[in-house]
Amino acid sequence: MPDTDASAVIEVLRAAVPGARIEALPSVDMPAVLIDREHLLEAMTALRDEPALQFALLADVTAIDRLPASPRFEVVYHLVCLGAAYATGPAAPARRLRVKVPLAGDDPRVTSLVSIYPGANWPEREVFDLFGIIFEQHPDLRRILTPEDWTGAPLRKDYPVQIRKTAQSWEPIQLSVEEFAENIKRQRAASETLARETKPLAE
Amino acid sequence: MPETRTETMTVNMGPQHPSTHGVLRLVLELDGETIVGLDPTIGFLHTGIEKTAEQKKWQQVIPLVERMDYLGPQSNSLAFCLSVERLLGLEDQMPERVTYIRVLIAELQRLSSHLVWLGTHGMEIGAISVMMYCFREREQLLNLNEMLAGFRMFPSYLRIGGLREDLPRGFHEAVKAFLDKFPGKLDEYEKLLTKNNVWLKRTKGVGRLSREDTIAMGLVGPIARAVGVPYDVRKTFPYLKYDTFEFSVPTATEGDVFARYTVKVAEMRQSVKIALQALERITPTGRYDCGDYRIVPPPKDRVYTEMEALIQHFLLYSQGFNVPKGEAYVPVEGPRGEHGFYVVSDGANRPIRVKSRAPSFMACQALGKMVVGGLVADLIAVIGSTDVVMGDVDR
Repeated sequence: MPDTDASAVIEVLRAAVPGARIEALPSVDMPAVLIDREHLLEAMTALRDEPALQFALLADVTAIDRLPASPRFEVVYHLVCLGAAYATGPAAPARRLRVKVPLAGDDPRVTSLVSIYPGANWPEREVFDLFGIIFEQHPDLRRILTPEDWTGAPLRKDYPVQIRKTAQSWEPIQLSVEEFAENIKRQRAASETLARETKPLAE
Repeated sequence: MPETRTETMTVNMGPQHPSTHGVLRLVLELDGETIVGLDPTIGFLHTGIEKTAEQKKWQQVIPLVERMDYLGPQSNSLAFCLSVERLLGLEDQMPERVTYIRVLIAELQRLSSHLVWLGTHGMEIGAISVMMYCFREREQLLNLNEMLAGFRMFPSYLRIGGLREDLPRGFHEAVKAFLDKFPGKLDEYEKLLTKNNVWLKRTKGVGRLSREDTIAMGLVGPIARAVGVPYDVRKTFPYLKYDTFEFSVPTATEGDVFARYTVKVAEMRQSVKIALQALERITPTGRYDCGDYRIVPPPKDRVYTEMEALIQHFLLYSQGFNVPKGEAYVPVEGPRGEHGFYVVSDGANRPIRVKSRAPSFMACQALGKMVVGGLVADLIAVIGSTDVVMGDVDR
């Protein structure tokens, strides 16, 4: 089983960011910590720059919607310290860390990390697009996977799974059921008329 | 005489461009032939697999995730299975035979994916014959998949708790025959490219990325190894007993398109090495699942003869199994770098979140950093070298 003890990380973090709410979370795969959103940027900077931590790689940013629980959203960051493969100064031990930031459902805002991890740009846009979580101070916060005129955040739990949505296009490419039936009726009538009119010729 | 004016030009490239690997759209800002700005637009292939997965039972998610990165399907399902198995706590019960078969499949998958990359990358720069050769070998790998599962592209052979069924008769010999021949074929490709003057001129010094930028942009895998960051999940965070295999992590330092090419070709040689070791360790007969019939279906002969096994079979295929509350992210070294699935369970028979950490998504994001300042023609070489798969980017 992997090491899931976050106490070493928390100790350094608490010393670097006094006053922040930093707690260990239960996990089965890697150390996990909870950080409040007010101190997120400071804490992440410390995680990246502290010589004992050196979490240089932000592997992923994502979110969970825990509706109807409260707080509703959790933004999840996966950090990696690459150990000797990428170190400034003496290498810190290679390890992973999960950072979670709980967010209330009526105020889903969190600070963007693009200023310290430039690679967070697109993943944060994805979370904004699919969860509707707003990343403050993000340089380019717009939809990324869904079209620009899409409404709603598809990965929220209250977003319906099967919806009837009319196709958005400049020309109608899909017919309604009524239009389709109407077309069939018209075509049948036309062919019947044709058959009636051509009958004398066949005889 | 009219006054000479210079202004930049905005050019749209894709999404139907043949060398954008599917449906990548790039909005280029050009100053003559030099790229001064690049804005990739993605999402044309977004199918909401992550949302769909939340409606499915755990074992039904496997065919879905295989369709994300469609060139490395079995590395997707492997990553997903490992994450769910961590939640279930199945790792200790897993027989060694299953582990080694998985290693073998993962390495064959890497070869298959790299072959498509090399073929298309070569073709886009003008080496058409390389594509023919690469697809010839990939065909044999797809034949192996067909032998294994009856399905060439997305076999869904890896399952939570083990494998779908035992290896077919003759599989061992077929793999051995392929692996014995393959290094010779690699020499053939290298003869066509590695010292080819046209190839060198198109790839050397093109699409350079610094070491700091690579890590800051979240790039791992072959792209990071080409700038001298020897990070390989198989070595740094071993899974599937990779620490007992003998192999090395090829690296380069230049960080250009050619460095990525050399790293990936060397990686294929290492994959052959690992696959041969795994093949040797796979015993001809033995278990192919963890044997916990709450998670894997009982063998068919028992289903047909025993009431309890039949009930268990029906329970499994109608209700599925419950996964303990929690979350797990166990990444694997996929063909494009660290690839993992972050799965969250609330204790029920369906996941509440399945998130793919897509290496292509990150690579696509960093395209701008690699090409700005270069020429338009180099853009094709750079896209090829990053090996982006749009299914993985858009999911």
